[in-house]
Amino acid sequence: MSVETLLFWLFAILTCGGAISVAVSESVVRMAFSLVLCLGSVAVMFLLLGADFVGATQLMVYVGGTVVLLVFGIMLTATGPFTKIKSSGADAILSGLVGVIFLFIVSTTVTAVRWDDVSQRVAVGAHQKAASHGFNPEQQGNTTRPLGLSFLSIRADRDLKLSAGGDANGVASLSSGYLLPFEIVSIHLLVVLVGASYLARAKRRAATSQ
Amino acid sequence: MEAVGPNPFLFVGAVLFVCGVVCMTTKRNGIGVLMGVELVLNGASLNFVTFSRFTPLGLDGQVFSLFVIVLAAAEAAVALAIALNFYNNHLTIDVDRGDELHG
Amino acid sequence: MGHVHRSYLANFRQQRHKIVSGQSAERMMDTLLAANSLAEFLQTQTIPVCGCPIDATTAMVLAAIVHVALVGAWFGLPAGLFIWAERKVSARIQDRLGPTRTGGRFGWLQSLADGVKLIQKEDLVPADADGLMFRLAPYIVVVASFAAYMVLPFSDGWSALGLDVGLFLAFAILSLEVLGVILAGYSSGSKWALFGAIRESAQMVSYEIPMAICALCPIVTAGTLNLTEVAQLQGGGVWNWNILHPFNFFAFFVYFTCATASCKRAPFDLAEAESELVAGFLTEYSGMRWSFFFLAEYASMFLVSGLATVLFLGGWDDGFGVLGVVKANAGSFVANALGLVIFLKKASLLVCVQIWVRWTLPRLRIDQVMTTCLKYLIPIACVLFAGAVAYPLALAKMSGKTSIMGGPSGGRIAQPSRVGAESVRLPGVAAAERSGR
Repeated sequence: MSVETLLFWLFAILTCGGAISVAVSESVVRMAFSLVLCLGSVAVMFLLLGADFVGATQLMVYVGGTVVLLVFGIMLTATGPFTKIKSSGADAILSGLVGVIFLFIVSTTVTAVRWDDVSQRVAVGAHQKAASHGFNPEQQGNTTRPLGLSFLSIRADRDLKLSAGGDANGVASLSSGYLLPFEIVSIHLLVVLVGASYLARAKRRAATSQ
Repeated sequence: MEAVGPNPFLFVGAVLFVCGVVCMTTKRNGIGVLMGVELVLNGASLNFVTFSRFTPLGLDGQVFSLFVIVLAAAEAAVALAIALNFYNNHLTIDVDRGDELHG
Repeated sequence: MGHVHRSYLANFRQQRHKIVSGQSAERMMDTLLAANSLAEFLQTQTIPVCGCPIDATTAMVLAAIVHVALVGAWFGLPAGLFIWAERKVSARIQDRLGPTRTGGRFGWLQSLADGVKLIQKEDLVPADADGLMFRLAPYIVVVASFAAYMVLPFSDGWSALGLDVGLFLAFAILSLEVLGVILAGYSSGSKWALFGAIRESAQMVSYEIPMAICALCPIVTAGTLNLTEVAQLQGGGVWNWNILHPFNFFAFFVYFTCATASCKRAPFDLAEAESELVAGFLTEYSGMRWSFFFLAEYASMFLVSGLATVLFLGGWDDGFGVLGVVKANAGSFVANALGLVIFLKKASLLVCVQIWVRWTLPRLRIDQVMTTCLKYLIPIACVLFAGAVAYPLALAKMSGKTSIMGGPSGGRIAQPSRVGAESVRLPGVAAAERSGR
């Protein structure tokens, strides 16, 4: 039982426990903080998988941003009698049953694939080594530079291994990076945030009750 | 990691996904439904990063995860704005009360 | 994960008594300094009780405990020291003396006395409070503040994790403090606490943006998010320090302002001000829980000052080349220890500036706080960032260099720049890689 296994099991239990607590608990504030625990553990699992940048982004954007947004939403909407809105007992049992069956289906499908064969073909951190050569010593999780370069449409993990010859016509083709999706997402974020601010602007509350 | 293969990570992703779906379907609080959506998206991005690590998917999995995180944040902002409008109009966040279009 | 070269000599004396029998001290010292990490060193030892060797997992867990204890010490001691410093500095600014009795003429043990007093206070939880959340909130703030110390380099190679996303991870973890504040305010069951928490969290969340943008200006100059490398690139002389760059100079002051605001310090301290909203989100907290919030606050102050030192002021570098001379003559450990002292002095100076500002400037209203952030600091930060990105391009066009001095600033050092980098891999991974998978 190595340290990686220990750490994985610890954070897997925290993740699953947090997720189940979100699904089960009745108080929406407890749900929010179970979500914090769950997403934080997912960030640690990203770090364990050697995805440092993604793990840090998960912490900053999801836990430090989206969940804070949700908690503000809770403060603004779930005041007083609305903090605990209960589902009826039959609903809870039925949804639990459906959840268990769904989990069984998904997990048997996923574990039926022999991932070992695919994993054997990948050296540990191969893409990270190729992209980092000469700048930083190879290290698991050293993904910042390759990710940044891929957003500038330079695929360091693929193009640095190009042979000198190129294809039949002697043209070495470079793979396209993620520059276009990056720009689209940037503009998308701007539009979405302007729209959300406009939608959520302070208006006079409806005078009549439901 | 050689010690832990992809299957345990994929199982955790599946648990996250299922909990998110159960949350989306059973919660009456609108914000609770949003939390279910976040869980579903996290299960998917955990799968992406697992495949990035254990299969020749490579860097693409992590890039997809980044995009998922960013787009989920944007979607949470809009969904929250809608939830606030719902609250302002109905004076409750209970989504079962939103039945004006009920046939 | 990285490793820590940190006062092994101090640990050595305790370890010698506990672990080894029948091995001479000199040989053990050699093994200690030759082993590339504490885990590897522990694996060469045996438990004296049963004579069985320590396996890899136990060695890593023990090494992790030692590292956590060291980081915890560096988290708690500065906080205690700065609480004392605050009282003395504020006293002198107000033309009085401050603590002069506990522990001698200067009241050195005042922090300890305060801690003892707070521990023995009654454990109060308001009746309206959500019990579990109320008790949990101080720990979230402390953990967020403490975990960000992982990536702070106290000297060359002396950081707990030499991550390539160091600065990003530090800011990501610091952004978790907001959740603790909201939880504290909400779960107190008091409307003063809730108002204070909402204002405070809005302030903290807003000020993270210009803080991160200003911290990116020296990162653009250095070309890496790894804090150890950012500080290494400023070595050799005061002309290499990042602050002597036209855009980084202003970025330093804007960063420091935003950092002061995100630590909830005056003039941005609406949350804990005595005359506003009782005490903001801290209203219902007393005793040890209250002191956890302040421990986290002073530790955060030291952390952001440490980050400012590493990013702008050259980290552990003394600015006149003395460290290089010491390294050549007395070895790298002594040079690193001297660098540690220099780093602590610089960071402490910045913390003292924060204390000084608190007791000098009047408090801002919440609308003034938000106006400052959203209308002034964010545009200034964006302009500085655009300038920092355009500056090397303009210089390259005009004169063919990317910095005026032509030194490491702006250039990349393409060589392994981390101490003991080859031992970074975990044991199982290293074996697998050697077998050529």
